[in-house]
Amino acid sequence: MNPFFSGTRLSDMIRAIRASKTAAEERAVVRKECAAIRASINENDQDYRHRDLAKLMFIHMLGYPTHFGQMECLKLIASPGFPEKRIGYLGLMLLLDERQEVLMLVTNSLKQDLNHTNQYIVGLALCALGNICSAEMARDLAPEVERLLQFRDPNIRKKAALCAIRIIRKVPDLSENFTNRAAALLKEKHHGVLITGVHLCTEICTVSPEALEYFRKKCTEGLVKTLRDIANSPYSPEYDVAGITDPFLHIRLLKLLRILGQGDAEASDCMNDILAQVASKTESNKNAGNAILYECVQTIMSIEENGGLRVLAINILGKFLSNRDNNIRYVALNMLMRALTVDSQAVQRHRATILECVKDSDASIQKRALELIYLLVNENNVKPLAKELIDYLEVSEQDFKGDLTAKICSIVEKFAPEKIWYIDQMLKVLSEAGNYVKEDVWHALIVVITNAPDLHGYAVRALYRALLRSSEQETLVRVAIWCIGEYADLLVNNAGMLELEDPITVTESDAVDVVETAINHHTSDVTTKAMALIALLKISSRFPSCSERVKSIIGQNKGSFVLELQQRSLEFSSVIQKHQNIRSSLVERMPVLDEATFSGRRAGSLPANVSTSGKSPLSIPNGVAKAAAPLVDLLDLSSDDVPAPTASSANFLQDLLGVDLTQPSAQPGTMQPSKAGADILLDLLSIGSPAPVQNGSTNGDLLSIHENNAPLASIDTISSTSPTAPSSMVDLLDAFGPTPPTSEDKGPAYPSIVAFESSSLKIEFNFTKQPENPQTTDIVATFTNLTPNVYTDFLFQAAVPKFLQLHLDPASSNSLPANGNIKQTMRVTNSQHGKKPIVMRMRVGYKTNGKDVLEEGQINNFPREL
Amino acid sequence: MIHFVLLVSRQGKVRLTKWYSPYTQKERSKVIRELSGVILNRGPKLCNFVEWRGYKVVYKRYASLYFCMCIDQEDNELEVLEIIHHYVEILDRYFGSVCELDLIFHFHKAYYILDELLIAGELQESSKKTIARIVSAHDQVVEAAKEEAGSISNIIAQATK
Repeated sequence: MNPFFSGTRLSDMIRAIRASKTAAEERAVVRKECAAIRASINENDQDYRHRDLAKLMFIHMLGYPTHFGQMECLKLIASPGFPEKRIGYLGLMLLLDERQEVLMLVTNSLKQDLNHTNQYIVGLALCALGNICSAEMARDLAPEVERLLQFRDPNIRKKAALCAIRIIRKVPDLSENFTNRAAALLKEKHHGVLITGVHLCTEICTVSPEALEYFRKKCTEGLVKTLRDIANSPYSPEYDVAGITDPFLHIRLLKLLRILGQGDAEASDCMNDILAQVASKTESNKNAGNAILYECVQTIMSIEENGGLRVLAINILGKFLSNRDNNIRYVALNMLMRALTVDSQAVQRHRATILECVKDSDASIQKRALELIYLLVNENNVKPLAKELIDYLEVSEQDFKGDLTAKICSIVEKFAPEKIWYIDQMLKVLSEAGNYVKEDVWHALIVVITNAPDLHGYAVRALYRALLRSSEQETLVRVAIWCIGEYADLLVNNAGMLELEDPITVTESDAVDVVETAINHHTSDVTTKAMALIALLKISSRFPSCSERVKSIIGQNKGSFVLELQQRSLEFSSVIQKHQNIRSSLVERMPVLDEATFSGRRAGSLPANVSTSGKSPLSIPNGVAKAAAPLVDLLDLSSDDVPAPTASSANFLQDLLGVDLTQPSAQPGTMQPSKAGADILLDLLSIGSPAPVQNGSTNGDLLSIHENNAPLASIDTISSTSPTAPSSMVDLLDAFGPTPPTSEDKGPAYPSIVAFESSSLKIEFNFTKQPENPQTTDIVATFTNLTPNVYTDFLFQAAVPKFLQLHLDPASSNSLPANGNIKQTMRVTNSQHGKKPIVMRMRVGYKTNGKDVLEEGQINNFPREL
Repeated sequence: MIHFVLLVSRQGKVRLTKWYSPYTQKERSKVIRELSGVILNRGPKLCNFVEWRGYKVVYKRYASLYFCMCIDQEDNELEVLEIIHHYVEILDRYFGSVCELDLIFHFHKAYYILDELLIAGELQESSKKTIARIVSAHDQVVEAAKEEAGSISNIIAQATK
């Protein structure tokens, strides 16, 4: 006897499970039952197979694994009796899905059962086939289903029709086999067969244009007659739903008529009368009637133009829209969206009601209505609509604010009649829901402001006012302090006053106050604080009287734990303290940001690195460069999450300021921000010439944050390539070390090598050595994507022999933009320095176009002296 | 088409699931978790439709049970509400004022009835009477087989009761 045997019946098991007080108890019961079922399966116990499967299905519903019972289903299906087959098929549909291999085994049983003499068994097989049929099964069993469409019992015919639908969905080519039989079903009287037959025809029409033409010619009139009969039929208790005879049949007929009438005037004409009748006569006080009306309106909107009918349909939608039932309003909004393409004027008439729906308490209705309103906006109505939406923003629920904000921003941007209005609206949005505003949206606002010179004063004053009112919205703070930094003078002396503005008195120290508040505010993040530091630097130059105060505020961040802020603080302090002579030119107003470049970049049409490599900007010193492209990088400030931003400009600063990248191990977490920050500096100094970048020997240690012996020679390289800014360059160094760099023993230079190159990827190594530690080599690997496809999940792995030690830092990004590059630093310590050269095996894995790619290679061409 | 049918109790317990589109077991449990979270938390006066992953879920509450059906964007939501009601009425007639316990202890019957109502995610029959007739005919065949068979089969049949 089976030791696990438990005589529990199905209901006993369910009772035991329900009686469990804790999840653990329930698991114990299930585990025990499963053990018993497994044992019984192993013994091939025929008597209990039935019951075991029923239990398994219940256990399955509770979410426990039941795959071991799959074969039992097949065994039950293969047994001769109806009761066994019934539960076997049920288990099959419940425990398996069409992707499981086990299903292949059932095809043969299905075929036998489809040909069974017992029609109940045929019905079971059809039901299972309809619910789980895969493409292979569809091909194998289509002939059986085709034959069963003519079976004598209507209950089998209707099941066969639905099976045929599934088969056509899996293998559209098979539709032609069913066309004639499907057309025959349309003449049936039995509602079940009629419903499924009509649906089968609809399905065939969607996959086969020839069949559509065939049905249009042969069946349109018949279908119209069927619909008329059913619409006019007297009360029939069997099919009655709320006073309507068979609404389901109504709806399916209307659906098929829609497809037949679409794009065919003759067929449309044929159905006009009956559609008018259904649209005007159907009772609309119950859900069933409304379901028919809804379907009828859809059909009227889709078939060929008939003015009178359209008016009728739009009126029905108008009635729906003012209905008190939320369901009806929801479908009305849904339908109006589709009606928009047909008759946008009619939809516009309901604008006020739709706007009310945006403010509904039901999230589903809100969402629909907002999408509809979004489509209704045009140049003429944008002002009132935007006002309504922005007003609603104040009171809307938190969950909805994100969607609403995005839509408002998009509307305002797209249809703004003038810049001042755009700035006004964006200001309202920023003050109300700034935290929901996406990065590119507020970047766009800054770009627009810089492009409207006559509005600079107005914008900065308005932002100042807004900032005083709501300092909690991060993006508002960012835009405001950016503008205050740039246009502080306009803020204080009320320059460029517009007539509509109220005069405002802001002193110089007021301006410093707001920036100081922003920098000290607890919610401000690194980006905001970093922007505030720049603003302060600029203010210090605009308002010499505040210079001391600014210096002390900036100085407070010298001890910041965030590398980015600490660095800025140190650099800016130094600029203020020691370099009065260059400061004013250093912090001149930003040149106008190029809108075209920005919007192109925003749309993703420009590769990220175009800013420096695409055009070669004029190397005009100190921020007066006219080339706008690299300046766009300023906006990168906050886009820390943009993968591999402007790789080539990052290159620069790495060389230029040695900010990090070569020492990311020290601060891996802050790598991205500081890179972006260096972008800024790069832009500040406007050193547009990419000359020093490629110079391997200058790599990394130019400014030597960690050491004082920065090689002067390297500085000379830079100085010579950007002769206009040498003084500031060298001075900047002061911030980092007590002694100015002098010429000391400079580490030997090593040529960079191409470590690996394939048709899709190139890897270059640049080497640097610290002179006091000849065993250790820092390698900067540059991965260049040679294809126009983006690589994601990029991973570089390397292995070295025992005498070497390898330390890999994280790469600058794990995705490689098309034709772009990323960098990764590693440090190799060669214990056999001077005796053996470095060798390395490497492997690169990435995803492109959805495929995983793996490339491998050995790197033997390291310079010998490493 | 209807992609799946879900019956969830107010406590979030699953009472019936039927999948007409392929979902792996993992996806199934994720879908159930996600949807029951959304639907059980909706207020009583709101509309019966939830937009979810590009589909629509039509749900209706009957006593302690939520009946949910997931459909395509372009399907007729109001009709699906009618289908749900249709199903509930058939269950009601079959069990004689159906309650949640009926659907727990006789879950397989609920499935058999659903199989007579929907195949391939499409409506099969609009007459409640026809469905009731077919299901009871099936039940009779099972009963007959039970009586016919000896004592051993008796035990088997009881398991399905």
